[in-house]
Amino acid sequence: MTEKFKRPSGRALTEMRPISAKVGVVPNADGSAMFAFGNTIAIAAVYGPRQLHPQHMQDPAAGILRVNYDLLSFSVSERKKPGPSRRSQEISKMTEWALSPVLDLENFPNTVIDVQIYILQADAGTRTAGINAASLALAHAGIPMKNLVCSVAVGKQDAELIVDLDKEEEDYREGEGATDFPIAKIANTDQFTLIQLDGKIQPERVKEALNLANKACEQIYEVQKKALKEVIEQ
Amino acid sequence: MSSMEASDLTIDTFRKMFESGKRFDSRDLNEFRDIKVSLDVSNKAEGSARVLIGKTDVVVGVKMQIGEPYPDSPDKGNLMVSGDMLPLASPRFEMGPPNFYAIELPRLVDRAIRGSEMIELSKLVVKEGEKVWTVIIDIYPINDDGNLIDAATLGAIIALKNTIVPVLDKEGKIDYDKKSKEKLPLLKDVFPISFTFYKLGNAVLMDPTREEAETCEVRITLGISRWEKQYLINSCQKSGKSTFTQEEIEKMMKILPEKFEEISEKLKKFL
Amino acid sequence: MKKEINKAQEAFEDGSEENSKKRKMVVPGEVIVSGEDYLPGEGARREGENVVASRFGLAEEAGRVIKVIAITGAFIPRRNNAVIGRVTNITFNGWIVDIDSASSGFLPIDESPRFINKSEMDQFLAIGEVVSAKIWSVNTRGIDLTLKGKGLGKLEGGFIFRVSPNRVPRVIGREGSMINLIKEKTGCNISVGQNGWVWVKGQDVDSEIRARKAIEFVTEKVYVEGLTEKMEAWLQEN
Repeated sequence: MTEKFKRPSGRALTEMRPISAKVGVVPNADGSAMFAFGNTIAIAAVYGPRQLHPQHMQDPAAGILRVNYDLLSFSVSERKKPGPSRRSQEISKMTEWALSPVLDLENFPNTVIDVQIYILQADAGTRTAGINAASLALAHAGIPMKNLVCSVAVGKQDAELIVDLDKEEEDYREGEGATDFPIAKIANTDQFTLIQLDGKIQPERVKEALNLANKACEQIYEVQKKALKEVIEQ
Repeated sequence: MSSMEASDLTIDTFRKMFESGKRFDSRDLNEFRDIKVSLDVSNKAEGSARVLIGKTDVVVGVKMQIGEPYPDSPDKGNLMVSGDMLPLASPRFEMGPPNFYAIELPRLVDRAIRGSEMIELSKLVVKEGEKVWTVIIDIYPINDDGNLIDAATLGAIIALKNTIVPVLDKEGKIDYDKKSKEKLPLLKDVFPISFTFYKLGNAVLMDPTREEAETCEVRITLGISRWEKQYLINSCQKSGKSTFTQEEIEKMMKILPEKFEEISEKLKKFL
Repeated sequence: MKKEINKAQEAFEDGSEENSKKRKMVVPGEVIVSGEDYLPGEGARREGENVVASRFGLAEEAGRVIKVIAITGAFIPRRNNAVIGRVTNITFNGWIVDIDSASSGFLPIDESPRFINKSEMDQFLAIGEVVSAKIWSVNTRGIDLTLKGKGLGKLEGGFIFRVSPNRVPRVIGREGSMINLIKEKTGCNISVGQNGWVWVKGQDVDSEIRARKAIEFVTEKVYVEGLTEKMEAWLQEN
């Protein structure tokens, strides 16, 4: 008889780590925010719309969104050498595509909106924390935005679907191993702006995984909304 | 936020103000803004600290690696200070290869620490000639509101004071899942603090905001530590096109020990 | 309609209870009101029955028009904005001026307050000097400025500093009431740009410091009622 599956972290299957968010952490930026899933901490800063150099990169039809995501060298156990890695370049692009659908940059031709995301402490889910922080920072910067973007990694541990994997869970090897399925979506809609996956999941279970993601994103949206509204008190 | 360069009329006004000992935030020319420190910026670092001076915000982390010693020092561990002016921290910082200031800042911090001999590099040997520890300090500004150098040096020293040497497994590799209680071997009660003096016209000031610093013509950074009762200057670098007079330098020599006492007293629970 | 919108703008600038229309903080995508009667204005859009926020800010209802006013973020230049900027370059037919926005401003030689010969351009305005200008056109090429007009021209003496552009209406006050109070009590000449840059020139350094502190006092307290009284009290004590 199989025992009830226990997550290495001890959390319930659909339980996220404690999430926290704060807006305005970089006073110099036009908009900024911190977002954390448990021990994974991301900060994001937005500068723009501002001048874009070199000129040949400018788009006369609309502003350009430029995202740079990276890990600080001491955010991971084995020190990461400074400079963008292929992984961080890919995540930068994924993040850009996760955020563009909500932005309306037609009124800012020839300009750039720079989004800088850095991970202070990495315990899996860094790209999702980064997207959540960036979404807040863009809103804080007053950029015209249709909606907020919420992001979480759902996944699988052996045969169980779970929400918000930490590093230990990402490395899980028993049974069917671990599947990491990070998504991002436009809040309160059915539109997904980031969809990535690696591991093993049966096609019929994907719907359930997305439903879990939807529920988690609802909670994330509430935290993001609260963080933005707290800006007034400053 | 603004990347507009300082205008002529503003520079003139600041010069008049500084030369009469005045500043917009009512500080004295040698007065520091409020300093706030927190530890444990990252639980993956062997040691880390965050220092805020006014709105300037810098995080510093220490990582340790095991490897071969340098050929000319087989009986010593190594120190490396690195960092990056994250474009996050200022509208003036851009993506791309590091500009001069991004290269200079870690080097200034490095020199102050090396000069003070605060880290007992000879105690970082695992097997002489073959295996030693390298201490790597990484400095990242989060918000630049002036005086990054002094904030970064403080961050580095405090991070070092909280650094734990990792555990090696049977094969001599770092076991990141275990935590030792072994603190990084440091000289007891010896640490450098850096003080950077900025000059505009005939006025010399300390701890400028970014707005103040952008009007200044030249700066000089000095690292000072104290060995028992004796103060020692461990490092010095003048940066910028303009000059400092001998009188100004002598005046700094008088101010430095006082400032050292003031800051080390304020932050003594971290030092 | 236009009158109602201006009233709402005044209410925001004034902050006093009696003029205040319903205002609330909204995040992008949040429903502000429901109903076919309402019209989405700037910063808002219609989604079916609802009027929804298209940016983070303060939602205001003025008559039937709902708009979302930005309270954070960079300066977005508009025609007729008064701005303060620093000259960064001189070309053959004008000056390039940094007005702290995504595009630089361009001041054509023909828009100087008096006739300037092409050979004496840098004598009139050199790199590093400051102007109080007006935006007369915003287009894909850039932002065109003029110095022709009351209160515009080269600024001399004093200093310039930046406040958040969204706080500028507060600093100016209803029909200039706040800024005039500060000018009067500090004896300083003050010019406020919509781009957040402020020029102050006083009799002496102490008055200039006082004027700046007064302005920063206002910017820190945007949402407090009776701000004018509080400013008067501060000016008495400081």
